[in-house]
Amino acid sequence: MANAPPLVIVGASYAGVQLAASARELGFAERIVIVGDEVHAPYQRPPLSKGLLNGKTSVDQLQLRGPGFFEQNRIELRLGRRAESLDAGARSLRLDDGAALDYGWLALATGARCRPFTLPGAQLDGVLKLRTLDDALRVAHAAERTQRACVIGGGFIGLEVAAALRSRGAAVSVIEAQPHLLARALPPAMSAYVANAHRRRGVALLTGRGVRALQGDRGRVAAVELDDGRRIDCDLVVLGIGVLPNDGLARQAGIAVDNGIVVDMLGRSSAPRVLAAGDVASMALPPAPGAPARLRLESIQSANDGAKALASLIAGREQPCTAVPWFWSDQFELKFQMAGLAAPGDELVLRGDMDSDRFSVFHLRQGTLVAAQSVNRPAEHMLSRKLIGARARAGASQLADDSFDLKSLVPKMPEALAA
Amino acid sequence: MPTIHYILKDGSRRSVDAKAGSSVMENAINGNVRGIDAECGGSCACATCHVYVDDAFIDRLPSADEMEGELLDAVAAERLPGSRLSCQLTMTAELDGLTVRVPETQS
Repeated sequence: MANAPPLVIVGASYAGVQLAASARELGFAERIVIVGDEVHAPYQRPPLSKGLLNGKTSVDQLQLRGPGFFEQNRIELRLGRRAESLDAGARSLRLDDGAALDYGWLALATGARCRPFTLPGAQLDGVLKLRTLDDALRVAHAAERTQRACVIGGGFIGLEVAAALRSRGAAVSVIEAQPHLLARALPPAMSAYVANAHRRRGVALLTGRGVRALQGDRGRVAAVELDDGRRIDCDLVVLGIGVLPNDGLARQAGIAVDNGIVVDMLGRSSAPRVLAAGDVASMALPPAPGAPARLRLESIQSANDGAKALASLIAGREQPCTAVPWFWSDQFELKFQMAGLAAPGDELVLRGDMDSDRFSVFHLRQGTLVAAQSVNRPAEHMLSRKLIGARARAGASQLADDSFDLKSLVPKMPEALAA
Repeated sequence: MPTIHYILKDGSRRSVDAKAGSSVMENAINGNVRGIDAECGGSCACATCHVYVDDAFIDRLPSADEMEGELLDAVAAERLPGSRLSCQLTMTAELDGLTVRVPETQS
């Protein structure tokens, strides 16, 4: 048999690597080529804003797969290479070294990039973003010497960085333009809890405040100037203002894009044989009351589960992605774990005591559990994922009662399925 | 270097030379041991690095802390007396020969 054109994957992080690994596990036998624009072998990202900054994780612990993995699985890595252009009609991808790769399947797992920060002073020394390993090494280096740090953006990355820097003894301020932290991800009561948790540990929070400019002293950042004229002195600024999907290649090829590459539950884009997964993909969701038709999620879970759906398609064993979204964040000694998709109007039920730093907030929609946020209650988080996936019905009084066994809410399956 | 023996789902055995101070999970990833997913990368958040520790070693390991104990309640495969999360098991020279079995499923 003549060699079929390969599966070409653009992007060498969670989605790209998981796709290659799952395709092999499912028996896909053709060539697999992964193109990645960073020079590093695929690495883990969560520690970049957590353990790498507080010193608990070292660089050599970050590799995503062991040394022999790619060779053993016949996965070709082309690192430090950027995909320059895509001709979806000719099924051909051109790289920045001039090489043309004809593909049988193309998977775009190009991830996201930091939202540009363009205010005056953005180019000063000591103003750092955080996305890649190289970014993180710069932040980690700065974390060792900073006395006063400002974090711009009160999202998960910003708050994790703030916690790591504060744990090292620096004075830390977080500046967030919205009136509440994590306002898009969390209900107001959880948002207030997070704010309180940071304030109690000495982080200064400035919410509802924009940044006008960064001020420098001999080329180095010295202060953040707020839109009310206040000046926050600092020797380090870390930006946590969100990301944009790297969907340029798809746009250029005329593939449908809407805050990410539009794909179905198997990862198929509008162009034949072109797939997408991970932070760059806006993937269709299973229909459910109050849920959007599709969503671009920035999480490892979404990257892994999306990639597995793509692999199932490529291997001819189609398994659309119906996984329950989940996500976690470590801040100080608090382990935040979130499952499902919350929406405004959900009925909220608190289980446990917020003051104890061990509790869950459950979201009910028409009597069905749709989302949960847990703090230092990992078992409740795991069980929530199971219950949300099963569309389990629950009563608010049951969920609120700490002595009520949540396992009893798991719907009974027919014995044939339960085995 | 202490050695860890992983017994895989198909009953075969993989032996990995471990660096002291590294976790049983990290050594599984480095050694490309199948069946230890470790989705969260070792932050005790996901319960997908579940292993069954061989009887002879159960008492030689520090016992699970509260967080690990809770997560063990939520592992996908059956929880047995030897159940541990491999990201929480740190290798030492004394643990040379540690034998762990990979469960049927992690998710």
